[in-house]
Amino acid sequence: MTTSNIETPLIGGPQPVASNNEDSPLNGVKVGVVTFPGSLDDRDAVRAVRLAGGSAIHLWHGDHSLQDVDAVIIPGGFSYGDYLRAGAISRFAPLMEQITEAASGGADALPVLGICNGFQVLTEAHLLPGSMIKNNDLHFICRDQRLRVENADTFWTSEYAQGEELVIPLKNQDGQFVADNYTLDELEGEGRVVFRYVGGNPNGSRRDIAGISNAAGNVVGLMPHPEHAVEAGFGPDSSARGEVEVRGGTDGLGIFTSVLKKLVG
Amino acid sequence: MPRIVVDVMPKPEILDPQGKAIAGALPRIGLTGFAGVRQGKRFELTVDGDVTEEVLEQARHAATTLLSNPVIEDVTRVEVLEEDAQ
Repeated sequence: MTTSNIETPLIGGPQPVASNNEDSPLNGVKVGVVTFPGSLDDRDAVRAVRLAGGSAIHLWHGDHSLQDVDAVIIPGGFSYGDYLRAGAISRFAPLMEQITEAASGGADALPVLGICNGFQVLTEAHLLPGSMIKNNDLHFICRDQRLRVENADTFWTSEYAQGEELVIPLKNQDGQFVADNYTLDELEGEGRVVFRYVGGNPNGSRRDIAGISNAAGNVVGLMPHPEHAVEAGFGPDSSARGEVEVRGGTDGLGIFTSVLKKLVG
Repeated sequence: MPRIVVDVMPKPEILDPQGKAIAGALPRIGLTGFAGVRQGKRFELTVDGDVTEEVLEQARHAATTLLSNPVIEDVTRVEVLEEDAQ
């Protein structure tokens, strides 16, 4: 076991968590996870990458180098305290300039996933259209949420079947996705609605949208948290894949195996 | 020191959940004369020296790139505060 594969457990004693298979080619895929001041779920995202079998690299918002990572995750939290607007200040972080440039390239553009606050950062950076406003009822929502994979053809969803459903945690205050009708029609028409809420819209998001992609398909943002549903014992109490034991839901793991397998080819 | 004030308001077509909540609270304190409330933001940019046209242009640039998100908000005012202008 190499040092880079050791991760402090979320709770409990110091048991190192290794990748699933040390000899797997997935282990050679480097996924960077950005930490901003106020990021909360960066270590969860790192852990999810390692549990999926990849190598996770910690990236710091103030740095100028992407350290040759093959993909980037912008995790959840409250970057810069969400002062001004959620994600507004992060957009101008030095590393975000590198990410924006690398993600805007052509066919081999950098795959980027924004989760929750990361999704908000991606809209502020104009890598994804639309914006996020306060939840309809002004409540902070924290619950297990059912989603449908509307596009299983992205870097981040290829391990799922088209139309497959997932149960992963949702926890946010500013999760209501808004965009003008022209943009919404464009997203629908181009298959860029990647995830949709199922079983009730939790926050008033336009057209029940929970996640979208950019036109090239390498940048995906979603509000709920797949990184909190990757390990039995620490996940949701339910799964869209059938009965699970308490905290046994691992429906989010496919997000992370998707990008690893896509990059390995 | 002169101050430039920047007002940012949610776009009319965007639901303003905060404004809606405040509108709901007004009748509870006995104020029934208002049909609606919208909540925006006011920024005050303090200038060290004269407010030149260049400084004002920088304030407009700040207003549209950082202080507001054009998807959901409009910049409704960028001007020098009158009380400071002498």
